[in-house]
Amino acid sequence: MSGFSFDAVAAILFIPAGAAAILAAMPNYKMTALVNVIASLLTLLAALSLFVTDRPAPGQYLLVDDLNIVFIVLNTFVGFTTSVFSASYIAHELETGRLTAPNLRFYHAMYQIMMFGMNLAFVSNNIGLMWVAVELATLTTVLMVGIYRTHEALEAAWKYFILGSVGIALALFGTILVYMAAQPVVGEGTNAMVWSVLIEKAAHFDPALLSVAFIFLLLGYGTKVGLAPLHAWLPDAHAEGPTPISAVLSGLLLNVALYAVLRFKLLLAASPQAIGPGPLMVTMGLTSLIFAAFMLYRRRDIKRLFAYSSIEHMGIIVFAFGMGGPLANFAGLLHMVMHSLTKSAIFFAVGHIAQVKGTQKISEIRGLTESHPGLGWALVIGVVAIAGLPPLGIFMSEFLVVSSTFARHPWLAIPLVFGLLIAFGALLLRLTGVAFGEPRGGMAPVEASYVPMYSHLALVFAAGIYLPAPLVAWFQHVAGILG
Amino acid sequence: MNGLTFDIAHLLAGSLVLISFMMLYQDRLFALINVFALHAVVLALSVAWQAYIQDAHHLYITAAIALVFKAIVIPVGLHRIIQRLGIHRDIETAVGIGPTMLAGIGLVTLSMVLMLRVTPEADPLAREDLAFALSIILLGLLVMVTRRNAVSQVVGFMSLENGLVLAATGAKGMPLVVEISVAFSILIAFIVIGVFLFRIRERFDSVDIGALDDYRGERR
Repeated sequence: MSGFSFDAVAAILFIPAGAAAILAAMPNYKMTALVNVIASLLTLLAALSLFVTDRPAPGQYLLVDDLNIVFIVLNTFVGFTTSVFSASYIAHELETGRLTAPNLRFYHAMYQIMMFGMNLAFVSNNIGLMWVAVELATLTTVLMVGIYRTHEALEAAWKYFILGSVGIALALFGTILVYMAAQPVVGEGTNAMVWSVLIEKAAHFDPALLSVAFIFLLLGYGTKVGLAPLHAWLPDAHAEGPTPISAVLSGLLLNVALYAVLRFKLLLAASPQAIGPGPLMVTMGLTSLIFAAFMLYRRRDIKRLFAYSSIEHMGIIVFAFGMGGPLANFAGLLHMVMHSLTKSAIFFAVGHIAQVKGTQKISEIRGLTESHPGLGWALVIGVVAIAGLPPLGIFMSEFLVVSSTFARHPWLAIPLVFGLLIAFGALLLRLTGVAFGEPRGGMAPVEASYVPMYSHLALVFAAGIYLPAPLVAWFQHVAGILG
Repeated sequence: MNGLTFDIAHLLAGSLVLISFMMLYQDRLFALINVFALHAVVLALSVAWQAYIQDAHHLYITAAIALVFKAIVIPVGLHRIIQRLGIHRDIETAVGIGPTMLAGIGLVTLSMVLMLRVTPEADPLAREDLAFALSIILLGLLVMVTRRNAVSQVVGFMSLENGLVLAATGAKGMPLVVEISVAFSILIAFIVIGVFLFRIRERFDSVDIGALDDYRGERR
């Protein structure tokens, strides 16, 4: 192990943790926003350095492999762009008096703690540590969802808290069961919770115990992924919290939980006699997709609309990983990256829109492309992307999911395509009202930074046109690992 | 393992399930909290016994946390909150006592059948602990879904968490148990403070979850 490579992992963890401590002590809000951006940028750079430096050998607690690098880089990238968006969003909230300066100090410190929790969950090689990290990330987002202290925000936070806690309790029980399954083979102590040890010996674990454990883990972490019927917290939490938090919830936190599910899926796949994780994940994924697609029609609140769209897309991703195989896994990974980028860009646009219009009601927002062309067109591109129209990136990943389904289980493609079309219709229906026609609502010019959302959209667009060969090779390799 | 140590562990774990059942039929908040305190005391005994028979000294810390924090601090705190806030002392149940008890029996049967079937090779003590733990977890969930009052939902969650601690201590040599029980205590402290803050800011007129349902789904 070279000393430098270990630094990259440590940096990913210590920069956010240290920044949180500094931010908590800083009184000046403009400086805190800046420090938040700088810390996020440094974390991103540290994450990128993982590509070039040697990787540390898997330890008892930390692990870097080809799978989690994808997640870490995506996480830190969206974390960075969201911090840029957050700086301009929060300045406006301060002007309108929805947040006060002490709130902001708290908010920025929590933002970095959340990044710390998520990064820790990704690099943890220990299933107990992973559980603690996911809990930490969840707790901080609960606090941030409730930051406006309105009746609605508190209720959303409470609901998120209770459902999240039940989810996390089930996940812990699953974790204990995995330990119980591993203990006779690996022996007592920390080693029986180290993922890289478990995966080597999983074939000798008691398959029945491992199967039961996976069901608890899927239900537990699945609550966090927002899979129907465990999704009830998700729309409220997205709608009532500050918009930067909606962006990181959809773009990042759901991925963290998904990552945990994937790690355990691998464990199960290594044990031939255990139940196949595929059918369970396919069922939950399809249910979420179709349920969310129908729910999209009756939304009146714009942030809620896109929250349901996140449930829909997480459904697609879980479906793809449940199908398994190189092509479906590749499609699932690509879809996850594209969804994170697009959905956070949409929330950036929606955040500014809600601020200039002074409302989140869809019926009161009209003709955005005329009144605010910059925001309006960003929203149009974002929604067109998320609905899965060519030539954007999500079209490509959805196309791959559908075609791999047709190739393997044609009858499963019917509900999949059905759900996609239903969601497509709902999104375009809402988009035409919001983006075109006679402008309505606040006409004040926006003081927004367009850079974060347009850079995300440009990436999604570029990915739809052309994926660089090294990236494809990397994703294919990871898809291979996922089995 | 000699018969007596096994029997004592068995007795303590079994009593926890029994006390979970007692929670199901409480219709007064104070009584419910007292039963929970008893639950925590028995948990502390059970964990201490595990620490003794496994010769795992760190588990005494978990036992101490259960005793001090869950059996004393939290119940006293909840009593105070209820008095200060003037919450209704009666618990509104969403489902009647009879059906709830029947459902509870069903859940215990389910967890016994499930856990005993999938763990034929495990250590008999760990195996029974796991079956009891799952029963406690499911009964805790049942308390949460059949009560409409936020405080009793919190109590349901804490009893669920006691089940997790029982499972974790029963799994021999499991690392991080102490850390996890500390993490959970922090979580619970947050929940309890949350209940208190909600009310102190007078955003809600009651801590009855039913009242929160006015706002469900959509902003109008």
